Amino acid sequence: MTASLPPVLEVRAAHKRFGAVHALKGVGLKAYRNEVLALLGDNGAGKSTLIKCISGVHEIDEGEILIDGQPVALHSPAAARSAGIETVYQDLALFDNLTPAQNFFCGREIAGPSWLPKGLQFLRTRQMDKDAAAVIERLKVKLPKFDAQVALMSGGQRQAIAVARATVFARKLVILDEPTAALGLRESRKVLDLVDQLRDEGNAVILITHNMEHVVDLADRAIVLRQGHKVGELRPDRSNQKEMVSMIMGAE
Amino acid sequence: MRLKFAWNAGVATSVASGKEPVTGLSLWLRLLGAGPIVILLLLIGVLALSVPMFFTPRNLSNILAQTAVIAVVALGQHLVILTRGIDLSVGSNLALATVLGALMFRVNDNAFVVMATMLAAGGAVGAINGLVYVYGRLPHPFIITLATLSIARGLALELSIGHTTMRGMPETIAVIGGGTTYGIPNSFFVVAGVATLLFVVAKTMVWGRWIYAVGGQPDAARRMGIPVNGVIVSTYVIAGLCAGVGAVLLAGRTEAGSPLYGNLLELDTIAAVIIGGASFLGGRGHIGHALVGAVMIGVIRNALNLLNVNAYYQLIAIGVIIVLAVQSDVLRNHLEGRMRVLQAARVQ
Repeated sequence: MTASLPPVLEVRAAHKRFGAVHALKGVGLKAYRNEVLALLGDNGAGKSTLIKCISGVHEIDEGEILIDGQPVALHSPAAARSAGIETVYQDLALFDNLTPAQNFFCGREIAGPSWLPKGLQFLRTRQMDKDAAAVIERLKVKLPKFDAQVALMSGGQRQAIAVARATVFARKLVILDEPTAALGLRESRKVLDLVDQLRDEGNAVILITHNMEHVVDLADRAIVLRQGHKVGELRPDRSNQKEMVSMIMGAE
Repeated sequence: MRLKFAWNAGVATSVASGKEPVTGLSLWLRLLGAGPIVILLLLIGVLALSVPMFFTPRNLSNILAQTAVIAVVALGQHLVILTRGIDLSVGSNLALATVLGALMFRVNDNAFVVMATMLAAGGAVGAINGLVYVYGRLPHPFIITLATLSIARGLALELSIGHTTMRGMPETIAVIGGGTTYGIPNSFFVVAGVATLLFVVAKTMVWGRWIYAVGGQPDAARRMGIPVNGVIVSTYVIAGLCAGVGAVLLAGRTEAGSPLYGNLLELDTIAAVIIGGASFLGGRGHIGHALVGAVMIGVIRNALNLLNVNAYYQLIAIGVIIVLAVQSDVLRNHLEGRMRVLQAARVQ
């Protein structure tokens, strides 16, 4: 924990409305480097909306988002990514018909020459394969075959690929939306190890999960949302696990 | 199993333990992948032995000439199908292009002007398809291309004022569409040229990678910052341009334009893509699939003609083959699912 450094990401008094639904009612949060921040809340609490605002899928109606202390406008997922924010979506956003390396660089292909419009540039396949292989090795992800389509890989392998893709490009913040929801015990463990590693490499990590064990194991700090409000913030450990659950449920 | 990277070696040893079931599956998958070309070669082999006149240079040259139009239009159709789309308008589009070309020939007999007219007409119909589909937020391209199928055919009939054939094409176009070089139809070279160009674009350029991404997972493509709308529109424009090239070949071969050309060409080209082995579910397939499928249709037609089989049966045969091809696509997906499960069990 390096709370003395300024936060990588800060959200201030964020409001978001979808027609009559007021999904975020002045939520604020800070995320620091080398820290896993758990974002907790029941279904409909506003977690996903908040995450989507940070990753550029939605725009906030009121409030501010700051990166390294500078206000930013995140109009699109691409804008968020170029600001150094990577998101691992719940549905993984993987391309089944492409290989892991092709998945890594999809939408951000290494290509040239640079004077051509992006779409007409030629892919630098070897460079991308090499870079992707290096990342996969660094993260110790085990894949049956590096040049096979992602369609042929297991749930855990796919999750690992999605997380690894985020790490290739994350410079500041990685958001993981229920990364273990669809996984078995052993595969979950591997993905959580990856999350650990992301933090140790100096990223800020925001983790959405319903699994309190994972929160206690992994998170340095937890923020609880309920009905669009931030209702609590604490350092999760075994002793306050019950407290967290009652905050989430709203049954103090 | 070919290993591309040295670091993979460690993984390979752990793979070895549970090898049996997966190799069986991947063998099946590989067989399914190679299926179309193997079937085509077998078909040609059987026909060469059993049908007199089939395996003669003249007949083979005929097949190439007759297949050229289907093949070149199927190349465009293939890109559309890669993005999970479909273009039903290609046949009418081709007819309209030949009629406009024939009309232009009456005003200006310059081969390039006539050719440009046909290509522009094809590209324009393609652009309308793509733009209306994407920006009209239509649920499926089926709708707009069905509409342009009707509109383009109607326009072609209107513009030809009751003539079913509008004779006259510039010499150059007649040579491109109907001439031969060393016994090989010139149209074959046109198809090869278009195929090579599209192959390079689809496999080596960023735009080609985007087509596969859009076909694989459109929502994800959007989130990854790929200009999904532009990619989709571009595939319809190219499909239209390919119909324009088909128009040049057909008008050249017959030295005429006709509002009746390209009847059921949408069926032939979609069939070619699917029979060739591309997936109807999008994101899978390559140029070779469209070509193999087109040649297969050409060979089957030709053989049935040589055997004096009623033309109605040709339609039935093509239909049956489509069902078989789509079924093998479904089977492939099923096998991949099985493989995924085994993969998960093994890595732990």
